[in-house]
Amino acid sequence: MVDALQQFLQGIFGTVFPLVWVMLKIVLIIAPLLLGVAYLTFWERKVIGWMQVRIGPNRVGPWGLIQPIADGVKLLLKEIVIPSGANKGIFLIAPMFAFAPALAAWAVIPFNDTLLLASIDASLLYVMAITSIGVYGIILAGWSSNSKYAFLGGMRSAAQMISYEIAMGFALVVVLMVSNSLNLGDIVKSQGQGMFADNGLGFLSWNWLPLLPMFVVYLISIVAETNRAPFDMAEGESEIVGFHVEYSGMAFAVFFLAEYANMILVSALTAILFLGGWLSPVGFLPDSLFWLFGKITAVLFFFLWIRATFPRYRYDQIMRLGWKVFIPLCLVWLVVVGCWMMSPWNIWK
Amino acid sequence: MEFKTAVFYFLSAILVFASLRVITARNPVHAALNLILAFFSAAGVWALLQAEFLAISLILVYVGAVMVLFLFVVMMLDINLDRIREGFWSYLPLGAIVGLVMVAELGAVMAANYLGVLETDAPQAVAGASNTKDLGRLIYTDFVYPFELASVILLVAIVAAIAITYRGPKKTKYTDPAEQVRVRAKDRIRVLQMPAEKQD
Repeated sequence: MVDALQQFLQGIFGTVFPLVWVMLKIVLIIAPLLLGVAYLTFWERKVIGWMQVRIGPNRVGPWGLIQPIADGVKLLLKEIVIPSGANKGIFLIAPMFAFAPALAAWAVIPFNDTLLLASIDASLLYVMAITSIGVYGIILAGWSSNSKYAFLGGMRSAAQMISYEIAMGFALVVVLMVSNSLNLGDIVKSQGQGMFADNGLGFLSWNWLPLLPMFVVYLISIVAETNRAPFDMAEGESEIVGFHVEYSGMAFAVFFLAEYANMILVSALTAILFLGGWLSPVGFLPDSLFWLFGKITAVLFFFLWIRATFPRYRYDQIMRLGWKVFIPLCLVWLVVVGCWMMSPWNIWK
Repeated sequence: MEFKTAVFYFLSAILVFASLRVITARNPVHAALNLILAFFSAAGVWALLQAEFLAISLILVYVGAVMVLFLFVVMMLDINLDRIREGFWSYLPLGAIVGLVMVAELGAVMAANYLGVLETDAPQAVAGASNTKDLGRLIYTDFVYPFELASVILLVAIVAAIAITYRGPKKTKYTDPAEQVRVRAKDRIRVLQMPAEKQD
């Protein structure tokens, strides 16, 4: 069916066909992603509602299912206020800076052995490089608003993000050490080998078990990295003034789209790096794309769950956790895994 | 014109323009942003040369970390541009000499290719091989001593930077989080048993 479509499009577009084909693939990734972002906000409100013994949104459409679309329309119709003295160009570019990396990183995310947009050797490095650009959206939004509150909020969030990027980077270094590859597809495939996988218990061969400390560090770091509760120093509806205090309407909404798109992205990365990507947890079920989606959903649920459960960290405690607990822990575990791999008990041959 | 050449010229044009804006922009934050754009375009040019590891680490290290800290500093500085511009003419001769030396050095490196000074041609990337892996293997085998030396120098620089800015322990109201975590309710509050009073 795909071949027939390919030939049909080739007939229409001729020489520009490869461009059209790539565009089509990009749309096929981005469109469900944006739909996912919209319904993640809805799911979040529902889940937190249930956890707090409320009903959650239930007015717009059946079971409130049209709620995210109503929210989007409302934000689109609102006025975008640009503060006086703001640096207008940068003020408007900043939300895009926050949002674009979250989409661009999907170029190398493998959905299964063959289904991915671009297979590059160093795809893990690419993801890290692209996501590290997202921090500019926050800094620039804080600076260009010409407001001291926004500026301080921007500094706070940006410092938090770069601090946790280090711990996250170290956790990833350990993963690539044991997988012997920087390619996300190869990292998933390497998790399908081992003693447990051969006996049909694949989920015990995935990276989360042998690298459990790194898995925990990574899981907590991604929460801090996406500025989510309990590390939400950027935004706390009524208590904390964050970097986007001067934003309104769709410009404000784009920051939230970026936050939720980033959540989905880091959940996908967790699923690929630690939870075996598209691999099936048990031998008698086939590997499939749907396992990956299920794992992403599980990690996303973890995000919502801890938001409803934990009180917010104080800022100095966030910094202490990042610099004085996670980074030393990662450094020690890096050496431990290195020694483990050199010893006769190496399980990643 | 090959498509690759077109991409090269496109990236180079942006690179040259952004580099020019770095030194001509009046607003230091705009200058820093243009520098980021310049780094990004340079990474694109490197990626064209199949130096994918260098290209990605340029973005990861310089764009993702160094320039963020740079922006932090530039945004918090209170820079008076007119004061900076005052000394322009007196610094011009010195600046011109430094610039000329740099151009001469770059020219020597560029010309080396044409004059045949270099022993071998520029190494070609092997198709299908991961140059990240090759680079890592070389760094940790053939070039392990220079690599370790570089890291020690960096470590010394880090220690020195901290030593320069460290001004002794401050008398702050800092509380130890570890101690705070260990606190139990009975350390802080005491529940008194009192006979109930009669309401009149």
